[in-house]
Amino acid sequence: MTLSPQEWQALWLSAKVAACATLLCLPPGIALSWLMARREFAGKALIDTLIQLPMVLPPVVPGYLLLLLFGTQGPIGGWLQQHFGIVLAFNWKGAVLASAVVAFPLMVQPVRLAFRMIDTRLERAANTLGAGRLDTFLSITLPLALPGIVAGAVLCFSRSLGEFGATMSFVGNIPGETRTLPLAIYSFTHVPDGEAAATRLVLLSIALALGALLASHAIARRAERRLGYHDPRGDTARARSR
Amino acid sequence: MTRLDFELQFARGDFLLAATARIEAGVTGICGPSGAGKSTLLALLAGLLKPQSGHLHFDGDTLIDVRAGHFVPPWQRHFGLVFQDGQLFPHLSVRDNLLYGYKRLSPAQRRFELQAVVELLEIGALLARRPAQLSGGERQRVALGRALLYSPRLLLLDEPLSSLDERLKQQILPFLLRVKTETAIPMVYVSHAQAEVDYLADRVLTMADGQLQPSLATRDAASGLARGSAGL
Repeated sequence: MTLSPQEWQALWLSAKVAACATLLCLPPGIALSWLMARREFAGKALIDTLIQLPMVLPPVVPGYLLLLLFGTQGPIGGWLQQHFGIVLAFNWKGAVLASAVVAFPLMVQPVRLAFRMIDTRLERAANTLGAGRLDTFLSITLPLALPGIVAGAVLCFSRSLGEFGATMSFVGNIPGETRTLPLAIYSFTHVPDGEAAATRLVLLSIALALGALLASHAIARRAERRLGYHDPRGDTARARSR
Repeated sequence: MTRLDFELQFARGDFLLAATARIEAGVTGICGPSGAGKSTLLALLAGLLKPQSGHLHFDGDTLIDVRAGHFVPPWQRHFGLVFQDGQLFPHLSVRDNLLYGYKRLSPAQRRFELQAVVELLEIGALLARRPAQLSGGERQRVALGRALLYSPRLLLLDEPLSSLDERLKQQILPFLLRVKTETAIPMVYVSHAQAEVDYLADRVLTMADGQLQPSLATRDAASGLARGSAGL
């Protein structure tokens, strides 16, 4: 299966947008997941609802809201352009933002669960060994949450690869700039003799999604093995202790 | 000389803990039935819980003074705590577990070296393993080694043998005795098993219904080293 330059362009742009959206989601995703898993505070239910909202809204809605806020005439977009010369609407950086907004809830869910599953007594043990709060978070909590963080990052990446509605509303369908794989597939289905190219890109999308999920599975297994969850020698040792 | 001096009150739900004691060097055993508040008391001493009122002094340092709003967090107390089930970090090797507290000390604060502790507890063959690959007895020895390598000013042991069977307990107790005689770190040893406490402790306090009392079995009562609680 050989790809045309246009198809390669869509593939490369999708990978770039999805990778950047995942990186953009990671810091706030980890911070918010920890907050939601470990702290009780007023308004928690509201924040939880807002985090999940993009998942249940039609994707065009967050896309249109992004256009209103981050468009060159919007309050945030206008300010960014005026002070930093940053323009998000109708370019690939805007596609990153659209993908990040829609994929964010998918990152938060597994990371939050991973933080909740960690035995807090391990963190207290670290405290009694001279590790302060940040040190404990970096040396104990974060490594123990790694399988969940990997799962969240892969889900976020995969969702970003498939992002269509919000991207179309916010940054349009510009070849080489914002035309990611789903938009390219959509465009090919609307031109004469585009079925073959659309089919190739559909197959490629399936392969990419499968590859990402398999990679996530392998990384999570490796991380879990490091944590001793899948260790055949562990069973032997436990049997010996009995 | 009094090393540890405290008067602490802690309430959670219906449970009320009130403990007063002045504890000297050596091993102080705290005995009592399950649910008496022994582990809560150790958590208060370690700084993992905050009391509602009271004070705690160690070697002249004020670690808790509720009235003055003073509370030193656990990572600044320099006390070691060995938990009931070891609480080894599952993502680190035995070597990295042992060195976790050690690496957070300045060279001047380090009283023990890895090799000496490894030999004392006979855990040299385990260094490359992960905690999941250890037996219960091995895990507790590593947990003890990890606390020792932190060169604690005070070692708190919270039922360190309760999850082990009798055979393993008999294996570990001599190691604890060696730690007592060879390191001279003052220890507070909590257990519901009177025999363990009698084996190790220089003096015994009893905890019942959240109240700390001097035990009738206090071994050095005549020397007046330990004076536990309310009423003393």
